[in-house]
Amino acid sequence: MATLVQAVRLALHYGETHLGVTDVFGEDVGPPLGGVFTATQGLKTAWNTPLDERGILGTAMGIAYAGGRPVCEIQFCDYAFNSIDLMKVAGNQRWCSGGQFPLPMVVMTPNGAGIRGSIYHSHSFESWASRLAGWKVVMPSNPLDAYGLMLSAIADPNPVLVLLPKALMRVKGDKPLPGEPADADELARRIDAPIGDRTQWQPDWPEVSEYFVPIGRGDLVREGDSATVVTWGRLVPVCVRAADDLSRELGFTFDVIDLRSIFPYDWDLIAHSVEKTGRVLIANEDTEVTNFGEHLLRRVVDEHFYDLLVKPRTLMGKHVPGIGINQTYEENSVPQYTDVVAAMRDLAADAA
Amino acid sequence: MAQSTDPDETPADHDRRLLTLGNAPPVVRSGRDAISTELALTLFRQMVRTRALEERSIKMSKSGEAYFWIGGPGEEALNVCLGLQIHRGQGPAFDYLHLHYRNAGTLLSMGMPMVDHIRQLAMTATDRHSLGRNFVGHYAMPEWNVVPVTSVIEVQMVMAPGTALMQKRHGGEGISVAVTGDAGTAEGDFESCLLWSSRPGNELPVLVLVANNGYGISTTHASQHAARRIAARGEPYGIRNETVDGNDPVVMWNALERAMRYVRTQRKPFILEANVSRLHGHSSSSGAQRNWTEYDVVAGFEQKLIDCGATDADQVRAMKDEAKAEADDAADAVATEPRPSPLDVYMGTYAPSSVDAVYPKDYTGLPGRRR
Repeated sequence: MATLVQAVRLALHYGETHLGVTDVFGEDVGPPLGGVFTATQGLKTAWNTPLDERGILGTAMGIAYAGGRPVCEIQFCDYAFNSIDLMKVAGNQRWCSGGQFPLPMVVMTPNGAGIRGSIYHSHSFESWASRLAGWKVVMPSNPLDAYGLMLSAIADPNPVLVLLPKALMRVKGDKPLPGEPADADELARRIDAPIGDRTQWQPDWPEVSEYFVPIGRGDLVREGDSATVVTWGRLVPVCVRAADDLSRELGFTFDVIDLRSIFPYDWDLIAHSVEKTGRVLIANEDTEVTNFGEHLLRRVVDEHFYDLLVKPRTLMGKHVPGIGINQTYEENSVPQYTDVVAAMRDLAADAA
Repeated sequence: MAQSTDPDETPADHDRRLLTLGNAPPVVRSGRDAISTELALTLFRQMVRTRALEERSIKMSKSGEAYFWIGGPGEEALNVCLGLQIHRGQGPAFDYLHLHYRNAGTLLSMGMPMVDHIRQLAMTATDRHSLGRNFVGHYAMPEWNVVPVTSVIEVQMVMAPGTALMQKRHGGEGISVAVTGDAGTAEGDFESCLLWSSRPGNELPVLVLVANNGYGISTTHASQHAARRIAARGEPYGIRNETVDGNDPVVMWNALERAMRYVRTQRKPFILEANVSRLHGHSSSSGAQRNWTEYDVVAGFEQKLIDCGATDADQVRAMKDEAKAEADDAADAVATEPRPSPLDVYMGTYAPSSVDAVYPKDYTGLPGRRR
């Protein structure tokens, strides 16, 4: 099975051979490195840029204006903050021009904590991104979704931000990509650049095929009756594990929703589940003040107040300036498995 | 007013008929530069039209017909010389325009009717640039590669390398023109533009055009920038550059022609800095009162053309009257046009998408059915 980062690479390969991608670019994106997470190794349209996020964003916009199909990378979302107004501009170009200037561009960037990345390789960006009207924002939690969401991001004629959970980059999925070799070692031999001199290396791409995960469609990854858990990105596998453990140990069963798209989000999936269970937890690793999960909570309260059996709740990162390198900091400010399982157990067990 | 009865009359014919005296000289000179008298009269006519439009616009901002005015009185020579040398069209074979918000003269001289400017000023639903959403002068015209002008200073500079990259790949002589004021060059995006346009082996056909009016709102350029010439900031990047008197249309025309020829043929960047006046302050926010202490490029060129015998005062007066009438007619025309409706609020946010389950057509408010 492909890892998430291999899935992204295969999607970009499919994009440049079948969906008209003209440029894949960013810092260290081209040869020899092919991306600090290896997402762009071997791609024929990949090129290196100056260390200039604003230049990357602006150039992507220009390429898109002039008929190209750019996919650019901000090396870590932690470094996207200096270009957030360019993201705002990119999101408003079509609206500001009365619909005359669509901007088919993709920005991908690693997101969140979990790689012992210290203060500036641990940020989450989805709550910031959710305020960028005019953008679509997606965040896969497994390789197949990463593949399908990246293809949708490329095919969509609007700016799309693809947030890739840093901690899940090297995690293999349990569902194969369409056309992926059955043997993971074979896949690695064919598409992973060798360590050392790679000047003569060429990838041997497998014949992957088209697979779109529609933007705006969440995935019900566990089904149950006790309560609803809405989550995305890195916390999806954590919530799934907690749901499985609580089912086995205490008999509570959960609807676990992998939101997959931050915007537009799958409100109908959330709403139906909340109507069914009357209990909801929204869990994510971004910091807690003006967290995107609070928006979902507001809609739950506004639209499903009388469906709720117990108070709706959130589990989010602590409102602190950063995540320190010593694991004490991350373990005590970003939701961990024990926090998730406790929150889910309390939600399910709370007396109605 | 000299109304033409000949529907086939070209603007050049019009200028000749309107302005040229029998004993006009063949060329108009300024130092070592010269342009044909015919061209000089065309430039002058477009500058007069631009000034008339700006003055009418300022009046509208003061009368309450508009909320806000910003524009480029004092930059007419630069803007008109640019507009008349643009390769106008859509796609990478033609020039891309990354403008700032003082470029009315550029689009007027490219052929945009005055009413298209006035509609944006008056915030009508007929505003072809922004549906009544944006400030005046914030043009957006895909058919002429005029990408949306934004109030955010200098972001246009980082987009120009992107269009220029596509133009270089496409082949031909299309260039990307990025226009900025002097104050905006303090932003890192100015430096980004120079950097990305001059990557070794990947130089790009970007013309950086700096309209240096000496001010950022109330702050003088000289009080904040030690660099003697803004254009000289291209030198560490190996970017050719020139600084010229933007208040001299003869000089401005030739400098732009040289710079554009270089960028078109060499497919490399160039910085052209033009020193210009700012005749009505920053915008209506600072009153938009006329500053009579600064040199007026329209009045100066008028005197030059009269002095050299290219035209006379009566003909100039007739042309100004015609331009003023054109601006008045445009303003009158929009007065009764429809304004945006509440239904327009979301319109045009998203392009139709076959892979979006929530917004396959356009934005329609928050996702999902409201319960």
